[in-house]
Amino acid sequence: MKSKKRSLFISLCVLPTFICYMIFGFYPCVRSIIMAFYRWSGISGQAEFIGFNNFVTLINDAKVWGALGNNLFLLAVVPLMTMTLALLFAFSITKMKFKEKGFYRVVFFFPNVLSLVVISILFMFIYHPSLGILNSFLEFVGLENLTRVWLGDANTVLWSLAITMVWQAVGYYMVLYMASMEGVPTYLYEAAIIDGASQWQQFRNITFPLIWEVVRVTIIFNILGVFNGSFAYVNIMTKGGPDDASNILSVYMYKQAFANGNFGYAMCVGILVLVISLLLAYIANRLTKKEVVQY
Amino acid sequence: MKKKEETRWSMSKLLIRIILVINTIVVIFPLIWTILTSFKTSTEFYENPWKLPGSLNLINYINAIEKANMGDYFFNSIFVTVLGLLICITMSIGSAYVLTRYEFKFRSLFKQIYLIGLFLPPILGIVPLFMILQQMNLYDTRIGLSMVYAFTAFPYTIFILSGFFGSIPKEFEEAAIVDGCSYYGILWRIMVPMAKPAIITITIFNFMGFWNEYGYSLTYIASESKRTLPIGLINLMEVQRYSTDWGALFAGLVIVMLPTIIVYALLQKRITSGLTIGGLKG
Repeated sequence: MKSKKRSLFISLCVLPTFICYMIFGFYPCVRSIIMAFYRWSGISGQAEFIGFNNFVTLINDAKVWGALGNNLFLLAVVPLMTMTLALLFAFSITKMKFKEKGFYRVVFFFPNVLSLVVISILFMFIYHPSLGILNSFLEFVGLENLTRVWLGDANTVLWSLAITMVWQAVGYYMVLYMASMEGVPTYLYEAAIIDGASQWQQFRNITFPLIWEVVRVTIIFNILGVFNGSFAYVNIMTKGGPDDASNILSVYMYKQAFANGNFGYAMCVGILVLVISLLLAYIANRLTKKEVVQY
Repeated sequence: MKKKEETRWSMSKLLIRIILVINTIVVIFPLIWTILTSFKTSTEFYENPWKLPGSLNLINYINAIEKANMGDYFFNSIFVTVLGLLICITMSIGSAYVLTRYEFKFRSLFKQIYLIGLFLPPILGIVPLFMILQQMNLYDTRIGLSMVYAFTAFPYTIFILSGFFGSIPKEFEEAAIVDGCSYYGILWRIMVPMAKPAIITITIFNFMGFWNEYGYSLTYIASESKRTLPIGLINLMEVQRYSTDWGALFAGLVIVMLPTIIVYALLQKRITSGLTIGGLKG
């Protein structure tokens, strides 16, 4: 009797939630993999099994490889800049014991709560060639020759997108690092200071190894965040332009599905997105695996 | 010798402070600029971007709310966000609790699927889900969109709540069982009140997520009258591009930002400390 009640309780708690997640979250992802083997255009059209044909098209599609390259650029640049700045800010704020420490924490974190749509539109205007504050700032300080059409120039568009992503994310990681740095026992620093260690040496030999576990996890978080979040930025700010210079896989997939009606092919690009994100999680996890230092 | 070191120390302190102040400006200035620009008339807009607006006229806000329907979008966003939060939180609590505390068949399978779910790129399922919503007659409905928000947020929500339930000592439940409390009683009267900090934290995070969401509402809402704020804002941008009257767009930006600014101002301690509760200890 008791076990019947128990299993009823368990089922009631777990099953509805799980079924809803399967239908709305998990199954669509699996279905997208299956769809990659079909030619299927539009809602009314008939899906036709075509085996690996979509994959052949994919391999010969230069736009896919261009987009992949742009994805990789963002994945290399954004986490590196974000992590470096976040660590620098977190370390100096915790070490220097500034009175306004709380202020920095509140302000730097703030972009993280803004909508990506708001940030994208805002930065479109910051980068705007004639109305934007970036170009007019450069003119103001006498660097006229640096002004350009930031989002319309194939040489600067990816960097401009990357900076926007870094702007949004730094505070989040800084707050996380500050929290874990505060957990590092102060006697370690005291001992290091007696031994004459510089700030940089203290960071390298004490702080960094001790918070390594957090850094490791956040690198994975950030890489996946950049990979998933770049869709909104690119789709709003550049739509992949100019001339595919900022095209990325998710935007290309979305275009293939909802603008060109090539649902099957879009799903094939989607598989590439999936493979990369799983690969990234795996690589990040492996590369950063290291003995955790206990204290 | 000592003195020299002290001056070096305070010099580097000053340098770091300057860097931090510059970053403060880099973060705050665009936001102040947005707010100021939202009060500018269109002639003022095309002048120097650093110039202050001549007066604090609200014409752009009136245009955004009346002509560009930002008022309706605001209502839609509230509807979708609140309903999504209610569904997500009520359905996740029991699941997270049972998955952390009870042994049963398929438990590890369920846990594994949620774990994989954490790493699946949301964009991947966007097309099939589009078809599923159409088959269920939920495409282009606000209820459908809130269901998408709620259900796709399960892995993350359950992950955070499980971590918290796992940290509550088992003695509380054991005592309750001795007192003859039912399973439901233990969950709702003991565990939920104890997990309140985690529930509030995850509610705040999901609020931010749902309120600011872009991809799903772009794809699953077709009617103009059902758009959420972020998509309404994109639409406003497209419209203003042709009329080249950007004031209303900046007013729209402020309207979208305002609730998050308020929530953040009131709850920033909870938000930043909540990161460390849930985010990484699990």
